[in-house]
Amino acid sequence: MATAVTSEQVEKTIYDGLVELGTERGELSREASLESLDVDSLDLVELAQIVEEEFGVELRGDDVKDVKTVGEVIDLVVAKAG
Amino acid sequence: MGDRNTGWALVTGASRGIGAATALALAADGWPVRVNYREDETGARDVVARIEGAGGSAEARQGDVADPADVEALVEADDLGPVLVLVNNAGLRRDGLAPQLGDEEWARVIDVNLSGVFRATRAALPPMLRARFGRIVNVASVVGLRANAGQSNYAAAKAGTIGMTKTVAAEVARRGVTVNAVAPGFVETKLTEGVVDERVTAAIPARRAGRPEEVAACIRFLASPEASYVTGTTLTVDGGLSA
Repeated sequence: MATAVTSEQVEKTIYDGLVELGTERGELSREASLESLDVDSLDLVELAQIVEEEFGVELRGDDVKDVKTVGEVIDLVVAKAG
Repeated sequence: MGDRNTGWALVTGASRGIGAATALALAADGWPVRVNYREDETGARDVVARIEGAGGSAEARQGDVADPADVEALVEADDLGPVLVLVNNAGLRRDGLAPQLGDEEWARVIDVNLSGVFRATRAALPPMLRARFGRIVNVASVVGLRANAGQSNYAAAKAGTIGMTKTVAAEVARRGVTVNAVAPGFVETKLTEGVVDERVTAAIPARRAGRPEEVAACIRFLASPEASYVTGTTLTVDGGLSA
């Protein structure tokens, strides 16, 4: 279902998704912690839904429970799509 | 995704009884309704016809809440939008005193009455969260709150539903999604056929069984925009039985 997803594609989707969820675009970076961006557990559920629609990658609660930064979310999606 | 409140109401087990009355009530509130049934297609089509006759819109949808793939299909969004009101009503009884209750009767009741509620809830929530609006109403039972000999499986499923209702409500409240339960007492439906006799009604302060429409009216309220600050609660609809 998901083939050759690039890190850039995922980054764009995650960034757009986070902006849709209320994060300021200027605050976004790979290093930014989800906590500092006020991204809560339900935001991650919604982000997972966006990622699934876009890349066909399913993120479960177990997958994201240790994720701390935006970059880690991106890497996780790329790894799962690969 | 369209406007906030554009979408479907899905009522599971809506071919008769409380589910049918609920489908009619939600349609009267302007919701297009997915009238789910498992076996009774005739009943479901009759409910759809009654809704359409009253100027509403509805579709009969076959599906078994015990089947995860069926549940996904029932909840799936289409051109009209996602399911924004979910009434988990489908349920069945397999009564027996605990020493004589088989594993199969135990598992079947838990699978339909409890796991079925969870499956539909899990599938319906993501679009509700994104819409910042959603209403889930679970049809529990007074048997989930107080004893009824011969229904340990049913009681476990209904008490489980009430517990699940509270926890899921807490998880999603900040997104404008509410999750509540109703706990009907004895209501005149096929499920209680042969159960409600004079001895039973004598124990009910209202001295009669309830009508499906009386439960549907409560569900209709909990599903309405007016109930926006009611979540995680169980509304008992039992003529005073558990008062």
